[in-house]
Amino acid sequence: MTAYDPIELKRIRWRSRRGLLELDLVLERFFAQRFDSLSPAEIDAYKRILDLPDTDFLDVVNGKADLDDPEEAAIIEILRSV
Amino acid sequence: MRAALQLSEAGLKTAVLSKVFPTRSHTVAAQGGVSASLGNSEEDHWTWHMYDTVKGSDWLGDQDAIEFMCREAPKVVTELEHYGMPFDRNADGTIYQRPFGGHMSNFGEKPVRRACAAADRTGHAMLHALYQRNVRANTHFFVEWMALDLIRDADGNVQGVVAMEMETSEIVVFQAKATLFATGGAGRIYASSTNAFINTGDGLGMAARAGIPLEDMEFWQFHPTGVAGAGVLITEGVRGEGGILRNSAGERFMERYAPNAKDLASRDVVSRAMVTEINEGRGCGPNKDHVLLDITHLDPDVIMSKLPGIREISIKFAGVDPIKAPIPVVPTCHYQMGGIPTNYHGEVVVEGKPVHGFYAAGECACASVHGANRLGTNSLLDLLVFGKSSANSMIDFIKQQPLELPQLATADVERSVARVERLNKQTNGVAVNDARTAMQRTMQAHCGVFRFKDMLAQGVEKILEVEKMVQQTEISDKSSVFNMARIEALELENLIEVAKATMISANARTESRGAHVRDDAPDTPETPNGRDDANWLKHTLWSREGNRLEYKPVNLQPLTVDTIALKTRSY
Repeated sequence: MTAYDPIELKRIRWRSRRGLLELDLVLERFFAQRFDSLSPAEIDAYKRILDLPDTDFLDVVNGKADLDDPEEAAIIEILRSV
Repeated sequence: MRAALQLSEAGLKTAVLSKVFPTRSHTVAAQGGVSASLGNSEEDHWTWHMYDTVKGSDWLGDQDAIEFMCREAPKVVTELEHYGMPFDRNADGTIYQRPFGGHMSNFGEKPVRRACAAADRTGHAMLHALYQRNVRANTHFFVEWMALDLIRDADGNVQGVVAMEMETSEIVVFQAKATLFATGGAGRIYASSTNAFINTGDGLGMAARAGIPLEDMEFWQFHPTGVAGAGVLITEGVRGEGGILRNSAGERFMERYAPNAKDLASRDVVSRAMVTEINEGRGCGPNKDHVLLDITHLDPDVIMSKLPGIREISIKFAGVDPIKAPIPVVPTCHYQMGGIPTNYHGEVVVEGKPVHGFYAAGECACASVHGANRLGTNSLLDLLVFGKSSANSMIDFIKQQPLELPQLATADVERSVARVERLNKQTNGVAVNDARTAMQRTMQAHCGVFRFKDMLAQGVEKILEVEKMVQQTEISDKSSVFNMARIEALELENLIEVAKATMISANARTESRGAHVRDDAPDTPETPNGRDDANWLKHTLWSREGNRLEYKPVNLQPLTVDTIALKTRSY
């Protein structure tokens, strides 16, 4: 696995602080349990997900909506499971 | 963002500093709507809205500010509509209005439809509409910047803020002719809170350190049933469908507190019963700090059909499947009524005089329109009305100032830099998580939704002990780039100011009023609901220096109409 830019990783961690408590709780667990084992491509997909508005992001995590991109959908599956 | 828009459109050079991308502020969580007596669905009047707000505030709200807000409401909502806010609409194209708890017509007579919403995403839609408009107006956004301290000159005039760029940890001075705080609430002082992690009361901490008192900090709105340890709300509909609250002995304790209504008793009765059970040692879990909401006796099909989402919330945030095991719940903090003292012009007011160059609006401010309890949908209205009015005050103030900025006062800047230096150099210190947990547990146990004299007194001592921990926090990561440990340590230094203000103000106020309810100030014929107007119809002002408490009178005089006379608050 190629190393991901460590500065970028820290930026991603901060950008995972959101406006909605539910997302904060899910993402906190995601970082504690799963984030470190993601591949660079998976981290890229997660970064794209972070651009979603909070309300849409939560709908996807709660299974009320889905994402079309298979890489992003795979990350969402992880978020739904943590 | 409402204020920034007003300033930018007036041609002023406007910088907005934000810890997170502006549309990811906690306003995004506001679902209910924004109230305005538009009268689109049935007759309504701003005086009725004003009456509901004063009553909701349990007469602690200032009636000049409340009149101003309720009169301005139709204007600011219509403006927002013109900014592109996608409000729900009636067939005739007007804004659709829905009923909401506490919204009444004709001075408390019957419910009226006053809440304007954009589906269940009102806050989100508002943030987006205002952000887009600000971009168009050339507002300069500094995203992922954390303001550290207010800068005041020797005369107390505010000159701007010291701020840290998260990407580099560089500390920079933003000198400004006028500075507005719209930094939100500090719900994270409690162990159980619906607030997002960013709600750390940064503006309140900065104001307190700069010698500005905090007003009415004992008043916090709570929901009875949040998932213990997480804060995510379990709808009250669960009890409506037959959910039962149980203590550590498995007892259905609501039978003792409300023999008829039992688990369907009103929100305050249920919250108080839960806290009493926990306080008397019948709480559940290793820390005996919550009770259980049991729906295991319900048909799983009913749970799935009538309570959608509850099973998922419970599994995800409580780690239990409610079909098989009860959900741990606890009264959960939601909204802060107090804040930085302002008038209805948005000017920060100390000792009866505006602090030159300093303004506040929204949850961090206390105008005071919410008094001892906030009426639903008035929080979004608060930030629109006072965002706009404070910006107008800023425009007037700036026009009177000389073109050149005054010489920068450096004392506050040095103090701010020293604060970060202390943190960077601390050894043998306290972990930020440990100090934060101690603060949150202390606030939850000693100053929650229902308060006890002895617990409050002990709470004051404990929170001052926790403050010592906060003064010695240590971070192991000393790096410069997006150092979340440093940011969290700095946030905690803001939270602890709010926690002290809350505990000390609550301990001193020996009545019950609105959201501040004490066991030793019960409902009696002489003091209905425990409210003691003879002694406590006044605003608390807590100052950080010496934890000093002072009081100022409530303004019972509206701007143009007659006062809304004191009455017992009952619904």
